[in-house]
Amino acid sequence: MTGTIARRLASIVPVMCIVAICVFLLLHFAPGDPAAIMAGDNATPQNIAAIREKLGLDQPVWRQFVVWVGNLLRGDLGTSLFWGDSVTSLIAQRAEPTLSLALTTIALAVVVAITLGVVAAARVGSLIDRVVMGFAVMGFSVPVFVVGYLLIFVFAINLKWLPVQGYTPISEGVGPWLQHLVLPSFALGMAYVALIARITRATMLDVLAEDYMRTAKAKGVAAAPMLLKHALKNAAVPIVTVVGNGVALLIGGVVITETVFNIPGVGRLVVDAIARRDYPIIQGVIMVFSGVYVLVNLLVDLSYTLFDPRIRG
Amino acid sequence: MKRLATFCRRNPTIIIGAVLLVLVAAVALAAPSIAGDPVALKPIDRLQGPSAAHWLGTDFLGRDVYARVVYGARVSLIVGLSVAAMSIVIGLGIGLAAGYWRGVDAVVMRFMDGLMAIPAILLAIAMVSLNRASVWIVIVAITIPEVPRVVRLVRSVVLTVRTLPYIEAAVSDGSPAWKIVLRHILPSTIAPLIVQGTYITASAILIEAALSFLGAGVPPEIPTWGNMIAQSRLFIARAPWTIFAPGTALAMVILSVNLLGDGLRDLLDVRLARRMV
Repeated sequence: MTGTIARRLASIVPVMCIVAICVFLLLHFAPGDPAAIMAGDNATPQNIAAIREKLGLDQPVWRQFVVWVGNLLRGDLGTSLFWGDSVTSLIAQRAEPTLSLALTTIALAVVVAITLGVVAAARVGSLIDRVVMGFAVMGFSVPVFVVGYLLIFVFAINLKWLPVQGYTPISEGVGPWLQHLVLPSFALGMAYVALIARITRATMLDVLAEDYMRTAKAKGVAAAPMLLKHALKNAAVPIVTVVGNGVALLIGGVVITETVFNIPGVGRLVVDAIARRDYPIIQGVIMVFSGVYVLVNLLVDLSYTLFDPRIRG
Repeated sequence: MKRLATFCRRNPTIIIGAVLLVLVAAVALAAPSIAGDPVALKPIDRLQGPSAAHWLGTDFLGRDVYARVVYGARVSLIVGLSVAAMSIVIGLGIGLAAGYWRGVDAVVMRFMDGLMAIPAILLAIAMVSLNRASVWIVIVAITIPEVPRVVRLVRSVVLTVRTLPYIEAAVSDGSPAWKIVLRHILPSTIAPLIVQGTYITASAILIEAALSFLGAGVPPEIPTWGNMIAQSRLFIARAPWTIFAPGTALAMVILSVNLLGDGLRDLLDVRLARRMV
């Protein structure tokens, strides 16, 4: 088991190296002069030269690459052009809102989606099934920001049930913290729920057709334990895989959701960096988010052994 | 005629999706003759509700929302279709090579794994922010993260097909490798690529709108559904139509492409194509 974990952990290294190379190539093979674009429209040649020097763009390419990788290994993601602070510390300061949003969304989406998927599979062909499947297609099609503004318009502006936007740290109480996260989590979770509900339904349908399900039914196992214990547990591996792959969707969505709901997280940090052409921040956040994505999928791979003993060993 | 009717009844999602899409494409093409000037300012008429003069009201600068929604369809469709075409052509080339020549495979697939680990929207933001805004840069920026998904799909088809007896027959027949790949393997990739192409179109339209919304899209003077929503967000309580008119258009177009994709997937019985958002 530890051998498996060590081997899988080591497999992260090449992937992250490629991510680092891609991000590096993006900056260094951009067709225009990135320093001139980052300096903005009214920049003097001195401004441009200063940015070039700050980013080390005046050095030979191989040297820049060695420095970039060396810094990455030490956890140094560079310095923001606008703030003058290290990108690592800027990200750390804004990690709480983003983590809160991501975790509440995952919790909400997994519970809602698996319930919907199991119910749809148990009553396949019924009205409930069709509603769930229709909702799944909608979930893929309505963009996060459209759902977000719709929720704000209905539940915050008209019904006044929940705050329009903003974020309250968890240290100021779980109630207000959660209140500010309800609408963003629903908006961000839509596509994720659609993804998980669809795979849950499909996998459950496959499992329900197995012989051992017929045996369980013949034995007189009640409906609920049959669905949950016999069927859902055997459907777990594909579902967990999609939960892991779907994190990519969440990471992209976080950037948009934080803008819609004015949440001061890592996503907002990137969006603010777009207008300021603060490339080191964009680059740093890409590295961190890609790292999170790769790590989550590693955990997903390892979790297979929990659900399916055949994979162990 | 009868067969057509049966086809429509059996594949309602394809019909609904295709009809909606053709409608949107017609609207986009006919924009100058069915809508007024999308950039004409009339500050005196700002934030007016829907009326006979302005079917979908006006925005905070007094621009006609209907005209902007109609013109916005152009960018969405151009970006969606160009990204699908480009990523399929590039991905098909790389995928065929990786699937058939094992030496290429290891290197290319590691590279694709790395590229896939980068969230598409962040990769696109990085590319757009390093270049002067243009429709072309947005298309390239969205294509790059889509390519690995096509490569994976094509490669998996090649790996399945290349073990089949008719390939073995062609090899022992002395057919050159390029001929085997193009003549005998390429055709098997077409059905899954058609389905994958619709999903890529949907996701490209979604990402373009998101980029425009975040201020990393096409130049702001071109009306797009994403930048309309971004510019109107402060007026959501006073003039909700400025957000929900482009929002509805966006959702409808993506929905129709997705319906078409789901219908084609069932019709062509393609299991490999996958929605990767």
